[in-house]
Amino acid sequence: MDVPQIKKAAKVYDVVIVGSGAGGGMAAYQLSKAGATVCLLEAGGYFDPADPKYINQLKWAYESPRRGAGTTRAFGDFDAAWGGWEIEGEPYSAVKGTEFHWFRSRMLGGRTNHWGRISLRMGPDDFKRKSLTGIGEDWPLGYEDYAPYYDKVDDLIGVFGSKEGLRDAPDGRFLPPPKPRLHELMIKKAGKSIGVPVIPSRLSILTKPIHDRGGCFYCAQCGRACQAYADFSSSSVLCIPAVKTGRVTLINGAMAREVITDAKTGLATGVSYVDVPTMTEQSVMGKVVVLAASTCETARLLLNSKSARFQNGLANSSGVVGKYLNDSTGASRGAFIPALMDRKRYNEDGVGGAHVYSPWWLDNKKLDFPRGYHIEYGGGMGMPMYGFGFGMEGRNSIVPGRDGKPKAAGGYGADLKDDFRRFYGANIGMAGRGEPVPLESNYCEIDPNTVDKYGIPTLRFNYKWGEAEIKQAKHMQDTFEEIIHAMGGIALGKKPGPETNYGLEAPGKIIHEIGTARMGNDPKNSVLNKYSQAHDVKNLFVVDAAAFPSQGDKNVTWTILANSWRTSDYIIDQVKQKNI
Amino acid sequence: MKRRDSLKAITLSSLGFAGLNPQISAAESIMPPDVKPVKIPGGRQKFEAERDAKLNADKFFTPHELKTVTVLGDIIIPADAKSGSASQAGTPAFIEFMMKDQPQWQTPMRGGLRWLDNVCTKRFGKKFADCLKAQQIEIVDEIAYPGKAKPEMSQGVAFFNMMRGFVATGFFTSQMGIKDLGYVGNTPNQWEGVPADVLKQYNLSYDE
Ligand SMILES: Cc1cc2nc3c(=O)[nH]c(=O)nc-3n(C[C@H](O)[C@H](O)[C@H](O)COP(=O)(O)OP(=O)(O)OC[C@H]3O[C@@H](n4cnc5c(N)ncnc54)[C@H](O)[C@@H]3O)c2cc1C
Ligand code: SF4
Repeated sequence: MDVPQIKKAAKVYDVVIVGSGAGGGMAAYQLSKAGATVCLLEAGGYFDPADPKYINQLKWAYESPRRGAGTTRAFGDFDAAWGGWEIEGEPYSAVKGTEFHWFRSRMLGGRTNHWGRISLRMGPDDFKRKSLTGIGEDWPLGYEDYAPYYDKVDDLIGVFGSKEGLRDAPDGRFLPPPKPRLHELMIKKAGKSIGVPVIPSRLSILTKPIHDRGGCFYCAQCGRACQAYADFSSSSVLCIPAVKTGRVTLINGAMAREVITDAKTGLATGVSYVDVPTMTEQSVMGKVVVLAASTCETARLLLNSKSARFQNGLANSSGVVGKYLNDSTGASRGAFIPALMDRKRYNEDGVGGAHVYSPWWLDNKKLDFPRGYHIEYGGGMGMPMYGFGFGMEGRNSIVPGRDGKPKAAGGYGADLKDDFRRFYGANIGMAGRGEPVPLESNYCEIDPNTVDKYGIPTLRFNYKWGEAEIKQAKHMQDTFEEIIHAMGGIALGKKPGPETNYGLEAPGKIIHEIGTARMGNDPKNSVLNKYSQAHDVKNLFVVDAAAFPSQGDKNVTWTILANSWRTSDYIIDQVKQKNI
Repeated sequence: MKRRDSLKAITLSSLGFAGLNPQISAAESIMPPDVKPVKIPGGRQKFEAERDAKLNADKFFTPHELKTVTVLGDIIIPADAKSGSASQAGTPAFIEFMMKDQPQWQTPMRGGLRWLDNVCTKRFGKKFADCLKAQQIEIVDEIAYPGKAKPEMSQGVAFFNMMRGFVATGFFTSQMGIKDLGYVGNTPNQWEGVPADVLKQYNLSYDE
């Protein structure tokens, strides 16, 4: 094999962006629209939800030989993600006794091609955790700084929801929400009876067409990516339009290795990368470098960008890069609702996500854990997929048969076949998504012993949940049962107890990781300033969730989009003022 | 959906694609020359298309095992007034594929089929598939009801639970099974809310 050699392309771009997900896509869009020449480096392949080459939308279960099983795609055979928890040749590790699961998608648009489209604003209190509760950290910014950008993101991308006037779940500029489905109406009624609010979801799905995108046609398959561009994917809504400006050079299969800096000035001058199809070493030059490779990958890039001047990794004079890594908490429970047996059939596919959710409704001052959570709901008469019918022996003796007589669990034959019909659409699920307390002791670092197939040193994680998160999960489980009982439902399986941390999912599993290059006013304990600009390197910016000091219980992507837009505006302003 | 056709017009070449890589030709040098390219269906990644092609070319079940799976499958989901049986919906072929796709099932499946044959041979002197229908049902009755089964049949119960799951998935994810179940989605639609008669049935409304 050839010895890899570094070749420098002559062109100097105004901006080099690493990663084309929510953060990178928004920056590429804003900066190119403002007239900048942009080089967008994306490790994965090209992806366009409307190109038949990539479409899985509207396929039937039987068009998959595994009937949709998640053998090669974690969220099912038709899911749009190219990647997952494990990617061949791109390992990561965790320190013994700790755990972190890292979901990566290698494609244009990153994980926004198949995300849940839950698009929540952080509320005023979410930015001020330390002042309000004494633990955690404040942002150097407040809701008032983000509100205009949230508004602009709502208008550009589109999100449905309802005006509720809740202080910490601020309203946006919403499209009309879809009506709740049957099980969601039942959940709403049950919630009301026990004081748990159940309101329309806030999802970036076009219930009315906006700009030049199509409207939702209610196939419930946003996870497969929408060929009508009716849901938000960075590929369709940001990257492809950005490339159409003619000012963006998109390089797919460009796996960034390091940010290159000038030894004298200490400024970033470009990015070196491995060209994946040819496995050759390349680099591009830029006047500004913007990192958006996703929270952990951005930390990895910074830590790997070592030089004589930056021996600790780039922008890491504080030593904070990689630290304060935090993911949402998550716990869930399923239930069987006898009232939903023998349902009338009709098409209730709806949008690709729940039509209702429960924003956090309690006061943590009166509870034994410091942070809140919201609840997401599932259920309905969906397309039967792999897994349908497994576990019937745990269910079909709960209620009497058609003849009113008790039934033995399990069985076979015509009677069992009929049970599948009777039970179809009678299950619901609920999942809590909570705010964790960011800790310095939860971090990722460069593994001293391992490199990936590109020869790039890999990440090693060190992450453990604290008491705050475990107690929160316990509260979730109690709430789930209350809701299920209020619905006249039967909770499935055993209630998760202390032996499983109350069903608290392992760190990383909820895929809302943030915090590894947090912003702050003090360069001693933060990596970026309030413009997501590196304290140490003024032409280096981070526009993914690495920049966030905390995340509320608000699924981070809408804030990534708002912050990337705000940072892009600042970059444009600073270039105009000749500061960078 | 109307957008779709106009979107198709956006081709890769109109996107100002980066054709700037000077070393693209080096790609050939790292590709083995004699691999037959697999056709990649829409929505698949290359490695998935190659993997599926390989799995489809492999065989897992012996003819006897496949026969047993077919007989057992049709006992679990027989034809009735509404639809056909598990085998009529192609379930055995689906189960065969899953054994190759997720090899962790291979031992419980193959071993379970042997367990079943062994029990039948001891009792009836014949393997399960060769037994009389009444004999097959006698055994199935002893492993199909976890709450009633004798302790010495516990392995059979576990096997049957697995089998019941595979057969149900295979049947109800087939065209025949989806129709039987009455799933009417997966098509462009307008969601206007729960039908009025259903709201009434459940005593619910949209104006609370
Ligand atoms: C199943 C699922 C459901 C989700 N649901 C929701 C939800 O409902 N609401 C919500 O708010 N969030 C949700 N999320 C999280 C959401 O997807 C992420 O917050 C969001 O995509 C992060 O955007 P990003 O730009 O930081 O990174 P990504 O979207 O991950 O994009 C990063 C991009 O950078 C590329 N890249 C990585 N490393 C390199 C490198 N070295 N060189 C070049 N390119 C590189 C990657 O290939 C990728 O394309 C979900 C995630 C998943 C997986
Ligand atoms: S539910 Fe609507 S937005 Fe989502 S994929 Fe289907 S049509 Fe597109």
